[in-house]
Amino acid sequence: MTAGQVDLGAVGLDGGAHLLLRRALAPLRPGDRLAVLGTHPALRVHLPAWCRAEGHRVEWPDSRGAVIIRGAGRDGRWLGATRAGAGTQGAVVDRPPARWGLAPRGALVEEGGPEPHFDLDDRRLVWSEVAPRLYAHAAARQWDPATAVPWDEPFSLPDDVEAAVVQVMTYLVENEQAALIVPARFLGRIHPHFREVVQLLAVQVADEARHMEIFNRRALLRGGPLGTSSAGGRASLFTLVEESDFALASFLLSVLGEGSFVDLLEFLHHYAPDPVTRRVAWLAGQDERRHVLFGVAHLSEQAAVDPGLRARLRAAVERRHDALRDTAGLNDDVFDALVVMAAGSWTPEAIEAGYRAVQELERAMDDGRRRRLERLGFPADEAAELSALHTRNFM
Amino acid sequence: MAEALLMGAVAYDPKVVTIWNGFRVWFRAHGVPFDYVLYSNYEQQVEDLVAGHIQLAWNSPLAWLRAQRLAAASGRTVRPLAMRDTDRDLTSVVVVRREAGIGTPADLAGRTVACGAVDSPQATLLPLAHLAQLGVTVTVRRFDVGVGLHGDHVGGERDAARALIAGEVDAAAMLDATHLMLGKESTLPPGATEVVAQTAPYDHCMMTAGETAPADLVDRFAELLFGMSYSDPEVRPLLDLEGLTAWEDGRTEGYRALDAAVDRFGFYGPGGEVTMAGYQP
Repeated sequence: MTAGQVDLGAVGLDGGAHLLLRRALAPLRPGDRLAVLGTHPALRVHLPAWCRAEGHRVEWPDSRGAVIIRGAGRDGRWLGATRAGAGTQGAVVDRPPARWGLAPRGALVEEGGPEPHFDLDDRRLVWSEVAPRLYAHAAARQWDPATAVPWDEPFSLPDDVEAAVVQVMTYLVENEQAALIVPARFLGRIHPHFREVVQLLAVQVADEARHMEIFNRRALLRGGPLGTSSAGGRASLFTLVEESDFALASFLLSVLGEGSFVDLLEFLHHYAPDPVTRRVAWLAGQDERRHVLFGVAHLSEQAAVDPGLRARLRAAVERRHDALRDTAGLNDDVFDALVVMAAGSWTPEAIEAGYRAVQELERAMDDGRRRRLERLGFPADEAAELSALHTRNFM
Repeated sequence: MAEALLMGAVAYDPKVVTIWNGFRVWFRAHGVPFDYVLYSNYEQQVEDLVAGHIQLAWNSPLAWLRAQRLAAASGRTVRPLAMRDTDRDLTSVVVVRREAGIGTPADLAGRTVACGAVDSPQATLLPLAHLAQLGVTVTVRRFDVGVGLHGDHVGGERDAARALIAGEVDAAAMLDATHLMLGKESTLPPGATEVVAQTAPYDHCMMTAGETAPADLVDRFAELLFGMSYSDPEVRPLLDLEGLTAWEDGRTEGYRALDAAVDRFGFYGPGGEVTMAGYQP
């Protein structure tokens, strides 16, 4: 008594017939019989070989065709399989196990296999409800450095204004380098279960790669060599790269550093002496806002459930301040270049106005940092105190 | 170490280390002091089994037959323990190019048949014995890849298939599953070959126990072997690598054809001595 029948037609097992067999065998139980018809000349050789490997038996009761007696075969593979996530849709869980590894969230995961160690596997430390939306936004706003900037638009600047632009661009490339490395170092540590966070950070890394490209290209646009890189500036950035705690690194880089950079890029957009500088500042500023948003969002969610977080954030700012106490902070050349850009000319009045504009920028940066610190739950006075301890290098 | 149940296996592929390391951990976790040694060829493994240097041997069909002959010659015994579900009812085929006009085994008379290594049961001894039994005399062109591995290395079959497609030979002998695999990987283009002869079903590898193996340990080992479940995520990757879904009893009736082929070609003498000319593992 056969439980079913499948006609393979002229298709051979070296040409895809196993799909037809598997489909026909799937609903049957071990011991059930499946009649197999087919005209492929090698069927009589290949069908027993295939059944043997799959754990089924085969008989040839007459010349018309074969009968497969279904074995348990490889059914056992999925006996203990579970979804990687909560419920049938695989929602985000608090603590994804290592054994889920690289399985996509929501997939049916075979038991066994490697158990890779992703140390950032705590939802409270990594996840933010806003991450999926921010990722979608980030992916939609990707731009092409080759066409998004009017590289060929004619302009001409006095040599020393051009030199100021080149100096600022040099500084920006250096800072974006740090901003690229920091999330990149965490990418491989985050449990893949938190997919959208990984995607968001990956786009953030790609953002910084493009920023480095456009700033570098603007610096070299008129053929000049790059400006200076100060030891103090590099020391400040290196404290960011060294931070191995995800929350603290995200706080120092995104909330404080990139937060300050948003103001800096607005300043550059406003005072840019040429259309290329104006555009590159604007493009980078749009991306940086998103980086800040994610940092603030996931840390404020974390602060809501972890009352000890703010004390650790505070300690991180103080530690970084102490580490940088004996360094110069912002490269003098950068500060002066910002003044020259804002001044636009070398009359004493213009220089004075430029200097005031940079002071205004520093105030705006401080205001912004205090605002974001308050969003993380710091009282106003503590926010002011911490903002003042932020590196003089801006990032 | 005195209590260890030592098994020999032939290192025909690097995956053998993964397989038996995995099984070693699993057996030990289940209370059997299992360990293994690797051999470069089956002949040394069989001699060591019969001499009592190892207690178990994961034997090719040819190695099983030699173990039996060697043991019998010295008044000892070897015991068939277990085989993979995939070791049962294999066949070998002789294939020709479709356009060659060879429709029956008799058409092969006087032609050149490519086969695998000299010691391959499935790609040499059994299909050539089958043709001889049919009274067909052919010229043999051997592809001696992995000599000493008793055909565990598929290289000889693949080279024979390539020679067939290149028109260097008139036919090629191989395992049924190899014919399917070479078709899937397009070494044999779809529809390019047809099967002109097929052997009766025979059996393949045998887990063999030697006489010095402590019976209780061997029984426990076999019990655990039969208890390995494909639904166990710990052993499933090892079963996948070893190519089985379940262990079954070791039956010996499936070796008759090979036993006859060994005598026909004088591969081993009655006492298990290696008598095949030019066979150097």
